[in-house]
Amino acid sequence: MTSIALNPELASISRLIIQGSMLFYSAAFLSFVFHLSRLASTKKSLRQAATKLERAGIVLLAIAAVIHGSGVVLRGIAASRVPWANMYEFSITGSFIVVVIFLIALFIKDIRLIATFVSGFTLLILGSADVVFWVNVKSLMPALQSYWLVIHVLVAVLATAFFNIAAALSIAYIFKTAKWVENSKLKFVALLKRILGLFPSIEKLESLAYRFNIIGFILWSFTLIAGAIWAERAWHRYWGWDTKEVWTFIIWTIYAGYLHANATRGWSGKRSAWLAIIGFVAILFNFTVVNLFFKGLHVYSGLK
Amino acid sequence: MPSSQQSRPSLDAPEQPINSPTLSVAGWSRWIWRQITSMRTALLLLLMLAVAAVPGSVFPQRSADPNGVTQYFDNNPQLAPVLDAIQLFDVYTSAWFSAIYILLFISLIGCVVPRTLVHAKALRSAPPAAPRLFSRMPASLKVKTTKAQSAKVAEQAQVLLKKQGYRVVRTGDAVSAERGYLRETGNLVFHLSLIGVLLAVGIGGGQSYSGQRVLVEGETFVNNLAGFDSFAPGTFFKEEQLVPFSVTLDKFEVDFDFVNQTNIGTPLDFRASVSALIPQSAQNSTLAKKTGVIRVNEPLAMPGSNIYLTGNGYAPEITIRDKKGNITYSGATAFLPQSAKYTSLGVIKVPDVEKQFGIISFFYPTVAELDTGALTSLYPAPIDPLLTMNVYVGDLGLDGGSPKNVYALDTSAMTQVAGGKSGVKGLRLQLGETVKLPGDLGTVTFDSLKRFASLDVSYNPGGFWVLVFALMALGGVTLSLLVPRRRVWVRKTETGFEVAALARGDDPILEKVVAEVAEALSGKTTKTTKSESK
Repeated sequence: MTSIALNPELASISRLIIQGSMLFYSAAFLSFVFHLSRLASTKKSLRQAATKLERAGIVLLAIAAVIHGSGVVLRGIAASRVPWANMYEFSITGSFIVVVIFLIALFIKDIRLIATFVSGFTLLILGSADVVFWVNVKSLMPALQSYWLVIHVLVAVLATAFFNIAAALSIAYIFKTAKWVENSKLKFVALLKRILGLFPSIEKLESLAYRFNIIGFILWSFTLIAGAIWAERAWHRYWGWDTKEVWTFIIWTIYAGYLHANATRGWSGKRSAWLAIIGFVAILFNFTVVNLFFKGLHVYSGLK
Repeated sequence: MPSSQQSRPSLDAPEQPINSPTLSVAGWSRWIWRQITSMRTALLLLLMLAVAAVPGSVFPQRSADPNGVTQYFDNNPQLAPVLDAIQLFDVYTSAWFSAIYILLFISLIGCVVPRTLVHAKALRSAPPAAPRLFSRMPASLKVKTTKAQSAKVAEQAQVLLKKQGYRVVRTGDAVSAERGYLRETGNLVFHLSLIGVLLAVGIGGGQSYSGQRVLVEGETFVNNLAGFDSFAPGTFFKEEQLVPFSVTLDKFEVDFDFVNQTNIGTPLDFRASVSALIPQSAQNSTLAKKTGVIRVNEPLAMPGSNIYLTGNGYAPEITIRDKKGNITYSGATAFLPQSAKYTSLGVIKVPDVEKQFGIISFFYPTVAELDTGALTSLYPAPIDPLLTMNVYVGDLGLDGGSPKNVYALDTSAMTQVAGGKSGVKGLRLQLGETVKLPGDLGTVTFDSLKRFASLDVSYNPGGFWVLVFALMALGGVTLSLLVPRRRVWVRKTETGFEVAALARGDDPILEKVVAEVAEALSGKTTKTTKSESK
């Protein structure tokens, strides 16, 4: 007789802690927004005062990440397994990994300027996880009881995190190269233009996005292969064009296209940046619409 | 092929206007070939493939969800045939999807083969001579040293770069070095492995088969075509492939969570205990016995195939007797689960009696009555099991000879005599109970409760090779994206020496490399890097 010990009280505490981390993410996000708007100010004194705000934002982000991380760990303990078996858990773990990768990357590369995006996006993910995806701790259905859950899903989360940061860089790239931004005389756009002026050069943005995307692509390829090995064990075939398999394939193909675009004259730069963004939109689509509304074998949202 | 900007000649050479209006056949074919193998075509085909895969996730596919297709036809009788005509229910085997990936692979072969030849040559040739103007290179540096130092610089550079894994050639006062051949090797391995994946999928799929069988506890089936409820062979499948072993389902066990409040009724484990008899060879009739437990993620390895557990449910054992007491139906019937709590639906057909009749029956493992009077199941294990039956009299349609679904009863030519609007209450049976059937149909007994397992016997020899090639592709693409390929030159000058470097593709540390080489050769820190990356 198999038995399992779940701890719903601990899961509620974990939920509270993650809600608490959202307060810190909000504070970090606001600091970054104010920082950007001050940096873009025409007054020199305001611009100089901005650096402190940024430092405060990064400290707040780090604190938020520590709280967030402890919430994720508690969720795992409450469920007595890895905390990424349904959409709620995938969201909290995935966004945590995005923040961790971002914080680590800060030591290696100066990508402070997308901090606003990263903290805002994390806030959005955690918010929707809490409001839409929340489910109490449940055991794994027999099909998910495999060490491949640990490997396949964890690597998928990692790949998503890398693609996420790359998409942020590509969005910055698109704005920076946009003609309408350049030509517009609106006051609001003038502010945006000044903010964009602070971002790294477009060459730098492009090559940074490329580096995050190639890591994402390698991890995504691994996800695909690991998924096929697991499918062979659990569903008696390694590939069956299940809706989730289809979208994993589509995303892989889009990013393969992105890599080719980077080596094709007339396609590097703006077009490849768009491809990276489309790729990430496909990932979000795969995670939300495909999980919730498409029929398939990967039914694990845990929602009814 | 992402790794190199220079590799597809048709793209990087300036596009030439087509001068001759009358191209010869050979000229045309060369032109077409060049178009197909161009990087831009490969890119467009990739994007087309991504788009073409989308409808397969929107419309039900015959391969993954045949019932969904039938349902779609029922719900959209006008639209479905139109969609079917453009193969939207068979997207991944459709003419248009196939056309895209076949073109993509032709383009890939057309690109990889010449590049393999070029790379094979490059692997054997020396790094190119130092450029005249180092300052033209993406990263370069001039260092002032003493005369004595600069005299030895070429020799030192040769030793240093060789130690760092470069292929090095020295010509007089200059040294040329190149490293990162693995980048292109990885790139080629990746693309060639994709061809391998495609072939393994195709050839393996052709020889594959999978057969499905619903087996009630105590029942046995033999691994031959007659032994399966449904069977899907590959194109090259031969019946002799099936090793005629027999498999008995000794016991099927399920653990449902009964402890954790948030998790009540969730299945924790499914176990099918089976015993098999395996013939040792075609000539020899001795049988080897094998027992094992099949779980969802743990198939049982059999000769020439694996047995997987794909589903399960209840199989109530029911006996029907006519009014004289003769048994007219007896056996365990598989009921298909309709909900997570195992409310299950089964059909019983009694053809060999005076008046044919059929029963549509629901099984509730732990029955409860809702406020509306409808029944439901509270828990998936049989704590308080109940069978309900609606009875229909009339032609079962079995005499026509055409195969009928055992899980469905066509009541269009039948009259309902119990349940529904028939005026007679539907029957309710608890375990061990016997009740009278309406009219003079006799009695029905719910003798005992068994479980069934849906087993899948699958064989796909391609799987192993798909995995091998896929892992090679993964290794290849990792090398091709992460190994930097660069050339480094060092040359003695009047006042010291100079260093330059050129990368192929993305190389974030090119300038650092130049600075480090300069530092190592001069023995002091240098900082005048020229930082113009593109």
